[in-house]
Order: sequence, then structure tokens, then C-alpha cells
Amino acid sequence: MNSLLNAALVLVLALNLFALGTSRILTVIRTVTFQGILLGILPLLVHGHPSLPAVYASAAAILLKGFAIPFMLTRAMRDVHIKREVEPLIGFLPSMILGAVATGFALIFAGELPLADEHMTPLLVPAALSTMFIGFILLTTRAKAILQAMGYLVLENGIFIFGMMLVEAMPLIVELGILLDLFVGIFVICIIVNHVNQAFSSLDTRHLAALKE
Amino acid sequence: METHLSILLILAGSVLHGLSGVPGLWMSSRSATGQRIALLLSLCGSLLGLTGAAMGLLGYGANIVTLPWSLFGESITVSVDGLSAFFLVPVFLMGGLGAVYGLGYWPQAANPANGQMLRLFWGLAIMGMSWLLIARHAGFFLFGWEIMALSAFFLVSTESHLPDVRHAGWIYLATTHAGTLALFALFAVFHRITGSFALRPIAFDEAHLGMLTVLFFLALFGFGLKAGMMPLHFWLPAAHASAPSHVSALMSGVLIKMGIYGLIRFIGFLPEPPASWGVIVLASGCISGVFGVALALGQHDIKRLLAYHSVENIGIMLMGFGLALIGRTLGNPLWVALGLAGCLLHVWNHGLFKALLFLSAGAVVHATHTRQLDRWGGLAKRMPYTAFFFLIGAAAICGLPPLNGFVSEWFIYLGLLHTAQQAHNGWTSVALAAPILALIGALALACFVKAYGVMFLGSPRSIELSTVQEAPLSMRTPMLVLAVGCILIGLAPMLIVPALEVALRAWNPAPSIPFPGLLASMAPLSSISLFGLALAAGGLISFFLLSRLLKRRGIERTITWSCGYAAPTARMQYTASSFAHTILGLFRWALRPRIHYPSTKPLFTGSARFETHQDEPILDRQILPIARFVKQSFLEFRPLHQGFTHHYLIYVLVAVIALFIWTMPIHRLIERLFSR
Repeated sequence: MNSLLNAALVLVLALNLFALGTSRILTVIRTVTFQGILLGILPLLVHGHPSLPAVYASAAAILLKGFAIPFMLTRAMRDVHIKREVEPLIGFLPSMILGAVATGFALIFAGELPLADEHMTPLLVPAALSTMFIGFILLTTRAKAILQAMGYLVLENGIFIFGMMLVEAMPLIVELGILLDLFVGIFVICIIVNHVNQAFSSLDTRHLAALKE
Repeated sequence: METHLSILLILAGSVLHGLSGVPGLWMSSRSATGQRIALLLSLCGSLLGLTGAAMGLLGYGANIVTLPWSLFGESITVSVDGLSAFFLVPVFLMGGLGAVYGLGYWPQAANPANGQMLRLFWGLAIMGMSWLLIARHAGFFLFGWEIMALSAFFLVSTESHLPDVRHAGWIYLATTHAGTLALFALFAVFHRITGSFALRPIAFDEAHLGMLTVLFFLALFGFGLKAGMMPLHFWLPAAHASAPSHVSALMSGVLIKMGIYGLIRFIGFLPEPPASWGVIVLASGCISGVFGVALALGQHDIKRLLAYHSVENIGIMLMGFGLALIGRTLGNPLWVALGLAGCLLHVWNHGLFKALLFLSAGAVVHATHTRQLDRWGGLAKRMPYTAFFFLIGAAAICGLPPLNGFVSEWFIYLGLLHTAQQAHNGWTSVALAAPILALIGALALACFVKAYGVMFLGSPRSIELSTVQEAPLSMRTPMLVLAVGCILIGLAPMLIVPALEVALRAWNPAPSIPFPGLLASMAPLSSISLFGLALAAGGLISFFLLSRLLKRRGIERTITWSCGYAAPTARMQYTASSFAHTILGLFRWALRPRIHYPSTKPLFTGSARFETHQDEPILDRQILPIARFVKQSFLEFRPLHQGFTHHYLIYVLVAVIALFIWTMPIHRLIERLFSR
């Protein structure tokens, strides 16, 4: 079961890097959607025997990250007629390299953490850390509001992977609460995207600095 | 039972004061009804409060009463012992008189924008002060303290449309918060030592000297800041000058005494004070006194001048208190009694004559719309009552018999001179403070000769005398009450002695020291009053004889200081600057006034100007430059926040990575990577 889990996590890491390396927004959305579905399956894999809370968490995550959020984001993207990120703060290749460095850092760091024995072997901790870092990189280097929302999603995916270690200890309600937060956050961003586009004729969030007093 | 009654009276009085401004908030901003209601409530509150305080002074309030409320998990306790009652009297007296004065000075119809606010916070300030005075629970004390301090901020910034007033208000707010911070620390340490918030003396074996010294300095800073002790006085001149005059009278006459009350009360809680504390208090009193009056001499703004005299008088009170502390250390009841009696009586006296001075100066400001001394002159002809009241206040503040200032300073003189007589080795040098007190008195006299002469005598400089009108009755009545108070205490000091003894006994931290009857036996009060009466009678008789003589000889009145010139003009008079110039020269090394000498280079020079300007040595030369430097340093951080979300996110990322690296055991990592 561990090998299956590790394979899924390696795939998550690869998807991270892919999301960093592409400029087409639709591709990023699909990558993150796929990542979300993959993560939705994780609770079932972690402990081998699927318990009822794990199934609930899994179903809610897949429903939200696989369908509801991508649907909202593609709608928003269609409404504002943009397809590509053209002016990232850091180029696509450099950000990929940065992501790879962050993944390496996460692997080294996780090796140093005083973890419980059952968390030592799978890639859970390094994958979680690296996904969070890459979410941060997306958030900070991309100018378009939609891509920032994607960064936010990836960041949350990292936290979700961390949560896998606690899937039995953490009450279901907390898990669902986090998902609800995420949903509302993305929902609000989709609305804001429209308004930012109308106000500034662009989705570049750097224009928001004009609102400073 | 009596304790309950007096506390009930004081609480009722304070709440009436606190609510006095509230009904006016719902009235039209131009109707006088709200002001009349506020006046009525204030007067009732003052009456109740004064009755309660009088019961306290008769010794009926010393028991500690537990109120049915609790704060920080402890029930609130209050008490009106002699010391509290002694300080409550000026609070309630000034609370009522100020409300009467406000009727003429700050009528609602003429000040629709801020009259309601002024009265609301006036009442709240009185309420806060009376609460802190009766509090025996540290939280309740701070509660009252903050109500007082914040109300005073709003009172100072009544005319907040003027930039100067706003500036003074902010400085006051910052300093009062700094003081409250010290008080928080004070009470935290106090709570750590005693284990409760109840304000009670610390037992000798409860704390060691280091802890007590911390308490002493925290109290000295926190309360000294409020009292205006040098060099913590810097907020005071601007705040007093910017406030409406009756607010200045309240602040100077009553509010800053809360700092003195705090000092007396809390230092009284500390057991076995080392002699150095008394010396520190005495020395800071001397410094405040001398430099306060020297700074006052350099002022051209009457209200700033009076404010610096508050610093001076706080210095005199601290001298008395310092003497009492030294006496307590050395176990000398005489020094304690005389020093503390002088200090406490000066609290009353200063409350009376400083309020009188501020109110009469306010009447002049009200009539002429300026605060600059050098514009006035000859006002005694148009405002005889105000001039007379100002004269009474001025003579009292200089410590001249037969007025009240003399009596309290006399107590302190007696105490200081006793230190020279008695055989405590090495403490005769304390008597050196007596000439300093004399110096303070002499300088104050010079300053008030200047102020009174420039304001009321001579001929007007740049005002039209015919437009000046005497203050209305509502403003003259409070002045009359205060002036009568000054004369009464001056002529019959024995009336006050029982109250003083009750207050002394309430403070008495060492029960071995007997007080009753001590003051009367120590100070020759009846001869003071006889001497005062003789002096007053002699003065009056010689005045009438002289004026009759002059009238009989047919001597005509002419302009003051005409000096035999054929065509004297108002510009030939002494000005405030020129009068004080010589004396200020003696203090130039410390005060460094800015003097612009006229240039008289060519033989036939054109028009020339001579000006002196005395800025605030602590505020303008120390604190503001430091504040500017700090502000400049923080400007360096401005490029870091430009409003880009990305930047903030990067900061978060950097912080997260830094935390990771910090928690990561680097040396183990290096070991693992580089060792075999």
C-alpha cells in the first residue's frame, strides 16, 4: 500500500512542477484539478482499510476540487477572455527550477524532522512541504488573479497532504470546514476577478496597488 | 454607618457630576437649557461630595467599605480616610465653581460646536478623580485614573480646530499614556508582592529593598508625570495654555494634584524607606521649584506663565513631602508632621489661588481675545474686580502674608529649619532647602509683579481699552469664592489644622509617631493670624490715609511710568520681556532663551526689534528632536510596503523559510552529509 501511496505522491510532485512550467491558464486549471482528484483518493490509500470518515473526506474533496472549483474557475476565465499568463514576475523555466530546489529542500528537511515511525517511510511530509512551497511560488510570481487562485489551491493541497497523517485523529468536521473555506475563498476570487477586470481592464493584481491611500 | 454615609454621598456626588453633561447631548446645540441642567447637577454633586468629604475630614470615613461589584475577581473596596477626603475637597469645590464659571466663559450659544463635549468631559473628569481618590482597589484606582486622564485629553482639545490645540492634546495624550504604563507596571509589581489588588501598606518582611526601590521609581515616574514634576513637566504648559481657562484651572488646581496624591499614598505603603528616597523627592522638588519659576519668568503667554508656576508649586509640595519622607526614615515625627502638613496644605492653597489666577486670567482673555501679556496694559481701569482677584491670587502664590500661600510655605520653612537645629548627624544640610524655598518665593514675586504690572497697570499696548468689559457675575462669583478661601486660610489657619491632622494620621505609616496636637504646638498659628490681621489692617489704613493725603494735595492721576516725559506713549512702558530680562540672565546657562538683539550698527539706525523667546527646554530641545529622529528612521521601511500583494506574500514565504531553517538542526544535517 505504501508503494501505491508513494507513486501517487510522486505524481502530485510532478504535477506541481508542470503547473509551474506552463503559461496556459486552462492547462494549469486542469493540472490542479487532476492533482485535486488524486489527493481526494489519498485518504483511502493512507491507512489501507477505508474507514467511513476517510470515505466522506475523500468524496467531499473530489467533488469540490475535481468538479466545483474547476468549473467556477473556467467560467471566470471565459468571462474575462484571457488564456495565458504573459508577464510572470519570474519566468516559467526559472520558476520550475525554483520549484525543484524547493522540493529538494523539503526532502532534506523532512529527513531531519522528528517524526513518528509510521510517517517515516512514505513521501507524505516532503510532498506536503514541497506542494506548499510551490503554491507559494505560484502565488508570489504570477500576476493574473486566476493564477493566484491556483497558487492558493496548490497551497491548500499541501496542507491537505499534511492532514493525511492525521486523517484518523482529526475530526471529519475540521476537514470539511477547511474544504468549505477553500470553496468560499475561490468563489469570492472568481467574483473579484470579474470586477478587477472591469475596473482595470486587466487581471494583473499589481494594479490593486493603485487603491493604496 | 457614617463611613457608608460619607461614601454614599461622595459616590452620589461623583455620579451626578459624571452625568451632568449627558442631558445636554440631546438638546439643541444652541439652547442654554443643557448648560443650566449641567450646572444644576454639578452644583448638587459638589454639595453632596463636599458634605461627604467633610465627614471624611471629621474622621467618619476611615473604614474600608466593600462595594457590591468586583473587578479582576476581587470585590471593589473604597474608603474616605482623611487623606482621600483632603484631596476630595478641591475636586468637588472646583467641579462646581468651574461649572458656574463656564456659564459666562463658555456659553453654549457662543460655542455650539464644543460646549456639550466640554461639559460632558468636565463632569467625567470630576467623577474619575473622585473615584481614584476613594479607591482601595488597584483596578478601580486605575479605572478612575484613566477616566480622569482621557477626559482631560478631550477637555484640552476642546478647540480642536486649532492646530496648536491639537498638538498640545496629542502631547498630553502620549505623556499620560506613558504615565499610565508606569502605573500598570507599578500595580503589577504591587500585586506580585501583596498577592491581591487591595491597596494596603506592604509589611516589612514582604518585600526586599530592591523590589521596593522599583516600586518607588515607578511611582515617581507615573505620578510625577501627572503632577508635572521637573523634568516630566513638558506636557503641562502647552496643555494648560490650550485648554479653556476653567479647564486650565481644574487641571492646574486639581488634576495634577492627583499625581501628588498618588505619590503620598503609594510611597506611604512602602515600609522603612531609605533616606535616599526622601532626598530624591526633596531635590526634585527644589529643581521643579526653581526652574519652574525661572521658566515662568520667560513666558509671554499668561496661561503658559501660570502653567509653569504650577510646576513651581508642585516643587514646593514635593519639598514638603521629601522632608516628611526623610523624617520618616529617621523616625522624627516633627519633620513628618511639618513637611507633610505643608505639602497637603499647599495642595489646597495652590488649588485655591492657582484656580483663582487662571479664572481671572481667563476673564481677561475672554474680554480681550488674546493671551499675550505684551498686548495688555491698564486693564485695572476697565476690569477692577478681575484685577483685584488676580492681585489676591498673585500675592497668595508668592507666599506673602496674610494670605494662604504663606501658611503652607511657613510649615515647610519650619520643618526645614528644624533639620538644622536637631542633632541628627549629617542631616543639617537639609536645611539648605530653606533658602531655595526663599529663592522660589522671591522669583515668584518678581514674576507676578511682571504679570500684574503688564496686564493691569500702565496703559494699553495694542488693545482698545474702551471695548474691554468687566467679566459677568457668573465668572466673578467663583473668583470671589476662591479669593475668600485664600484670605480665610491665610487669616485663620487654625481652622484647617484639625482637617490636616486627620489627613496626617491617615497617612501615618509608622503608628509610633504621635500627631494629635503636634501641629498646633509646633507652628505658632495664632500669632500668624494675629500678625496677618495686623498686616491687613495696617495695609488698609495706610492705603486710605495715603489716598486721602493725595486727594487733599490735589495730585492728579496720569499715565503710569510716564517718567516725566512730555508726551509719553504706551510703547515707553516696561514690557514682559524687558522686566524679566535681568533675572532671566541669571538662568541663561540652564534655560538658554533665544534672544534677538536689535542691530545698532549704523549711527542713525532705523527701526529695530528686540525679542526674547523661551521655548520649553525638555519638550522642544530633547523630546521632539528624538521623536523626529525616530520618525525619520521609520521612513526607511517605507519601500518595504508599497501595496503589492505579491510583496507581502513573499514576506510570508521568507518568514516561513526562515522558521524552517531555524528549526532545522543544521549541524546534524552537515554531519550527515559530510561525515562518513
